[in-house]
Parts: sequence; C-alpha cells; structure tokens
Amino acid sequence: MQYALLIHLDDAPFVAATNEQRDQMTAPYMAYNEALIKAGAMVSGERLKPATTATVVKVRDDKTEVLDGPFADTKEQLAGFYIIEAPDMDAAIKWAARCPGAGHGTVEVRPVWQTR
Amino acid sequence: MTEAGAALDARAAAEAVARASYGKLVALLAARTRDVAVAEDALAEAFTAALVQWPTSGVPAKPVAWLLSVARRRGIDAMRRRRTATDSRQHLELLAEEAESRMDDDIPDERLRLIFACAHPAIDRGVRAALILQTVLGVDAATIASAFLVSPSTMAQRLVRAKARIREAGIPFRVPERAELGERLSAVLEAIYAAYSEGWGDPSGLDSRRTNLAGEAIWLGRLVSALMPDEAEAQSLVALMLFAEARRGARRDPDGNYVPLGDQDTSLWDNRMIDEAEARLMTASGLSGDEGIGRYQLEAAIQAVHAARRVIGRTDWPALATLYHALALVSASPAVAVSRAVALAAIEGPRAALGELDRIAPDRRLADYQPYWATRARLLADLGESDAARAAYDRAIGLERDPAVRRFLTGQRGAA
Repeated sequence: MQYALLIHLDDAPFVAATNEQRDQMTAPYMAYNEALIKAGAMVSGERLKPATTATVVKVRDDKTEVLDGPFADTKEQLAGFYIIEAPDMDAAIKWAARCPGAGHGTVEVRPVWQTR
Repeated sequence: MTEAGAALDARAAAEAVARASYGKLVALLAARTRDVAVAEDALAEAFTAALVQWPTSGVPAKPVAWLLSVARRRGIDAMRRRRTATDSRQHLELLAEEAESRMDDDIPDERLRLIFACAHPAIDRGVRAALILQTVLGVDAATIASAFLVSPSTMAQRLVRAKARIREAGIPFRVPERAELGERLSAVLEAIYAAYSEGWGDPSGLDSRRTNLAGEAIWLGRLVSALMPDEAEAQSLVALMLFAEARRGARRDPDGNYVPLGDQDTSLWDNRMIDEAEARLMTASGLSGDEGIGRYQLEAAIQAVHAARRVIGRTDWPALATLYHALALVSASPAVAVSRAVALAAIEGPRAALGELDRIAPDRRLADYQPYWATRARLLADLGESDAARAAYDRAIGLERDPAVRRFLTGQRGAA
C-alpha cells in the first residue's frame, strides 16, 4: 500500500534561521531520505516553501477567489510530504515515527487511494 | 428422525459451531483482505446455507471447514460484486488461493491477530471493546449497543466506521513484536476490561444482556490468556474479572438492597471462581519478570485480599494499603487514591484518611466521582462532623445512578 506522510510543523524557526542553521536542520531529512530509498520505500517526497508563501484558490458561482495565506490559520502548517510504499499501517507508522518532522511537529499518516 | 428433529439438530450444530468458531472463521476470512465486513457477511451467508442444507444432508463431518469453504466462495462473489475489476484482482487471487488450501481440521487459530487489529492504536479507543465483541464472538450491534447504553444506530455506525478503517488504512492482522507488545497488549486487555465493566454495571442482574456481556468478557480474557500463556497481565485480568464475578450474587440482599463489599456474606461468593482466580494470580506472579508487576496483577491481588476474608474472617487492611500504594505508582487515578484512603481509615483512623482525601481534592475529576464523596461523607461522620458529612452524602447521592446504592447512601446520611 501507499501512504502519505504529511508533515505539519511550525516553520517560523526555519524562516528565522541562518543558512548554516538551516543546513543543520535539513541534515536529518537527508539521512531519512536515504533510509527510505535504501529500504525501497520511497515513492516521492517534497519539501514546501514556508506557509507565508501560500495562496488559496476557490471557485464559487463561477467566480475565482484568490486569497493570500495558507488553508488553515494555525501555528503548525503543512511543511512537506512523503509518499511511501509500506505493507501495512504498522510499517507506515514506523516510518512516520522515524521522520525528523515527528520530533518537533506532527506527522499525519494517510493511506493513498489506489487508482492504478 | 423426523424432519423437524433434523432441523433442530442442524440448528443446534450450527449454533455450537458458531459459538466455538465464529471468531476463528472471521479472523481467517479477513486476515489477508483486512475486510472484516465482507468476512462477516460471507460467514452469515454460510450459516444460512448450513441451516438449509444440514437438515437434509446431515451435519458434515468437518462443519467448521464446510462453513469456511462456503464463506470463502461467498466472499469471492461479494468482492466481485463490490470492487472494480482492476482493484479486486489481487484480493480475488488471495482469496482463491486461500480457498484451495487447508480444507481439513487443522484450521489455524488467527483470533489473536484479529483481536490485535481491533485494538490497534489507530482505532478509536471507545469502539475497540465493541469491535472485538462483534468480530470474535459474533455479538450483534443491537445487543452491544444496549449493553453499552448507546443507541443501536450509533453503535452500528461506529462499528461500520471502525471496520472501514481497518480495511482502508491497512491495519495489519498481526501479533505485535516483542518491543511493542506490552503497550499493544494493554490496549487489548483494556478493551476486554471495558466490556467486563459494562457488564458488571448491572448489579441487580435484571438486564441479562449486560450480565451476558460480563460472561463474554471473561470468555475473551480466557481466550487471550490461553493464546498468550506467558503474559502475566492477561492471566491477571482473568483473575481480576473472576474475583469480581464471584461476588455478583452477594452484592444485593434478598430485598434488593445494596450490600457493601465488607458486609457481604462470603458464603454467597462463588468459591470455584475464586479458586480459579487465585490459581491464575499465582501463575501470573510466576510470570511477571523484569518488566515488574503490572496494573491488572496489582488489582487482582487487591481482590485476592478481599476474597481471603472467606477464609480468615477479616480484611487485611495493611496489605490493601500497600497494594493500593503500588497501584498508584503504575496507574495514577483518583479512584486508586480514594481506595487507598479507605484502607488508611481502617488502619490509622478517619483523620488520617481525610487528610489523604484533602490532598487529592484539587483533582477536578473528583467533582463527579461518587466514591470520593461517599468516602468523604463516612469519614466526616466518623469524626462527628455531621453537617459536613450530610453535605458530602448529598453530593454522593446526587451522583449515583443505581437506586439501591442511593437508598443505602440515604440511610447512611440519616445516621450521620
């Protein structure tokens, strides 16, 4: 099965960090990516730019509304995601627990609807 | 044999098989597809087919295998109907493979895996007990709902959602590995104990559905402890439930009045259950190793001290105080603190016990916890503080749902 690991965290510390600090903050993710790839579990994964860069779009009555800001006005924001291949929920939970984001934010595990 | 006689025999045989094998069959049918609902539907159809065919063809030599093979064929049909072709191919292959293999008597017992799936941390805690009762024992949603005091439609909806979650989220049918077994087993035991507590909550014994629920919970506890014989906590939970169950008949006098534990006539206790409980507790003490003594073992030990009154004629309060102290260390709850205060009252008197209650008083959970107020009231009465005692009794009476206990408390209030 495929699972999405959705990483929600407060991205303010990253935004405020120096380049050197940022490298330190992203290093655990590099190691985690390696682990996923080596285990054959990595399907894809992306890191998102800070929530301050987000724009929401919706269409109502044929009118397109565009607003600045993220979908939810919360401290913890969607900051990135992985799509992983795992045999079951327990395996997905184990990967989520190893994700660096789980240490300072929250990782949501969602099964991916299989269409193929 | 008459036709009616054959039908009765077939029904009795089907019911006997259902009772003994329902959970085994659901576990086998759902283990690979994780589709509990389809497994249950297929099994229901197999039982219906049995009731039609067995009266004329006779009960098959291997009834469980017969039901399994019929259910598997129905399950495959159901998958075909329900899913799109591409989506179901893998499931169908799995099912067909299963249907061809193992058609004899050595049907493996996969119930433990099913139970662990039902009590998985990704399943809402509040529905786990009901889910286990339904999938392992085949108890219908309406019966579970009435025992848990919720509406049948609410319970049915919760169960449907939980089953969908097992299927859609890929919750595995697996006994967890050693590293996580402790925590996961606690979730299983907690669900079984929750079912027992619901069943215990009908002291008058008038509501047979709830009394049965207590019996089913004990049955599940025995099953888990039989399948995991090395787990001290599983043994201890069965002991705990048996100690409580042994006293069921002594909780009310012939007029339906509440009888507190300390005043119960020990000759009304079920000695056979207490003997088994003591033996299981003994086994558990031999098993609990480096992980220390668990919550259920301590609770069962507390019940063993109460049960010992039938032999030594008194209650060993210092032993209870020690055990409650240990229990507070592994499971800090206001209920444990209140019980410890009761033990303290018996040893050091009401003043010391009241001090203990004052110490925990800021805990907000106590505001609507009846035993806290009833205990407080009795201690105040013993100290001659009648006004304060009556006020505390009023709180306790207002919180109590059971009319017999309310009558008891009202009587105590009058004497304060």
